[in-house]
Amino acid sequence: MSPSITEQRKHVKALLRLHGEVEREVYLDLENSGLIFPEALDAMFEAYRSCGHPSITHKLGWRGYDVILEAEENLRKLINVNGGDIVFTHSGTEANNLAIIGLAKAKPSRKKIVYSAIEHLSVKFPAESLQELGFRVEEVPVDEEGFIDLDKLSNLVDKDTLLVSIAAVNHEIGTIQDLKAVIEIVKDKDPEIIVHTDACDALGRISLDFSKLEVDMASFSSHKVYGPKGAGALYKKEEIELKPILHGQLSSQTLWPGVENVPALAGFAKALEILERNLDAYREKMRKLRDMLIEGAASSLDEVFLNGPRGDKRVPDNVNLSFLRCEGEALTVELSLRGVYVSSGSACTSRILEPSHVLIGIGRPYEMAHGSILMKTSPMHDEEDIRYAVEQIIEAVNRIRSLAPREMK
Amino acid sequence: MKDMSRTPLPYSPKVLELFRNPKNLGRLDDANAVATAGSLACGDMITIYLKVDEKTEKIIKASFESYGCAANIAASSILTELVKEKSLQEAWKITWKQISDELGGLPAIKYHCGVLAVGALRRAIRAYYKDREKPTWLPQDLTPEEKQALEEEELMKILAKKVGLIEKEDSSS
Repeated sequence: MSPSITEQRKHVKALLRLHGEVEREVYLDLENSGLIFPEALDAMFEAYRSCGHPSITHKLGWRGYDVILEAEENLRKLINVNGGDIVFTHSGTEANNLAIIGLAKAKPSRKKIVYSAIEHLSVKFPAESLQELGFRVEEVPVDEEGFIDLDKLSNLVDKDTLLVSIAAVNHEIGTIQDLKAVIEIVKDKDPEIIVHTDACDALGRISLDFSKLEVDMASFSSHKVYGPKGAGALYKKEEIELKPILHGQLSSQTLWPGVENVPALAGFAKALEILERNLDAYREKMRKLRDMLIEGAASSLDEVFLNGPRGDKRVPDNVNLSFLRCEGEALTVELSLRGVYVSSGSACTSRILEPSHVLIGIGRPYEMAHGSILMKTSPMHDEEDIRYAVEQIIEAVNRIRSLAPREMK
Repeated sequence: MKDMSRTPLPYSPKVLELFRNPKNLGRLDDANAVATAGSLACGDMITIYLKVDEKTEKIIKASFESYGCAANIAASSILTELVKEKSLQEAWKITWKQISDELGGLPAIKYHCGVLAVGALRRAIRAYYKDREKPTWLPQDLTPEEKQALEEEELMKILAKKVGLIEKEDSSS
């Protein structure tokens, strides 16, 4: 039987107390919960104080509505698109669900959904959930760096294909896909097939010019661009019909009912504005810190492997390293005690006890998945943070390795 | 299965304490019973070393090495405490539930760490009797804990083959 809530809370508080004083704290687990720009946080507070329900006709309602317009305006600027619709959701997961299930409900005559073997679970799982309604799913394999096999993609799409969903950037290993080629291949087969991209990890990191890239739908997440949690968005071309997957009232958006999270959207709008102003400088900074982190860890430890591509084929913020003979969950706990916060693709950290499907998808052996940690640099980190993180990673890996059975050493 | 709205994961402070300062860590050079359970592919592997008094069949010293999560390390550590001064027959009766209780309760998803530790201990006890006369209390058939360790290893071997781990494992072991 699971411990009671009271018992669990006692454990959590004791765990926190066991974390002693550390020289520095470096948060690198931006995959799971992003850092927020202080200005975005201020914008949120301001919206909490001054905005009402954006669908109501009074002063506070109109202020709320203006926040939504501002978020839309800023998002459009960043992806360079005038036409089409923007639907705000409360997360990237919700945007992906709306794109996939909403489309399947609107166009049930086509039954095949194609996505890559390393897609985010918020693409894979909604697609799989449609199988009970008679839809079929096909996974496009990827190579060892995570690039999808374009020939296989071409073979998989046909007149029965409803949707192809390929992330512009992989969330775990940072692979930048050739979306232009994906769109060309799919549309060449049949222009009716809808191409969706989960762009949560691409926004603000690679250029996304939707005036040139003819993608049909794209999902975004606020916390992945240093805004608050609680806001996401789906862009779709105007002619694409979706059906709502949630039902209710009182929203300015028919496709996503319920009160819009205006304060989160205010923070999202601010984060987008800051990103747009500093795009090149931030990318350069993140890339520099990324390479410092990779080289720092790899040069001082043996049997370290980078998961995903190198250099310009990799998104500027992503670092995913596997340490052999070092179990990843133990490593995240050890690093936590040292003030460095990361996540792992190890089965032991997951609540389903399965290693990362992305690392398995690129053909990494189980041991490498178990020994992996995922980190992301951001515009809010500096070189001192990375130097400290590298130092702690080296010590932590050596400590965890020292516990292992001798035959592994 | 109960439809849980949330999977509890928080470790007890005892787990974190033993993870930080494990007891009886490392190889025991004068051990006369050694066994390993789990595999690299599973992501958890425990080696148990026992020094058994030949006359009394009591465990004088016990130690461990572990490749695995924090719970795995804590479970192995507490097990080596629990077996000290026990006869092999008493040690055989230690259950994963006892390990979990001693640790202040393992999260459900980490129960298998306790099972693996018990599996490793029982293998070590069997190893002790390999070339000695087997006592009557030692079951002929594998116990569920030993079977689980074996099943996990077999299953991972099959899965690992698919992603080409086997060659690696063979060359490293």
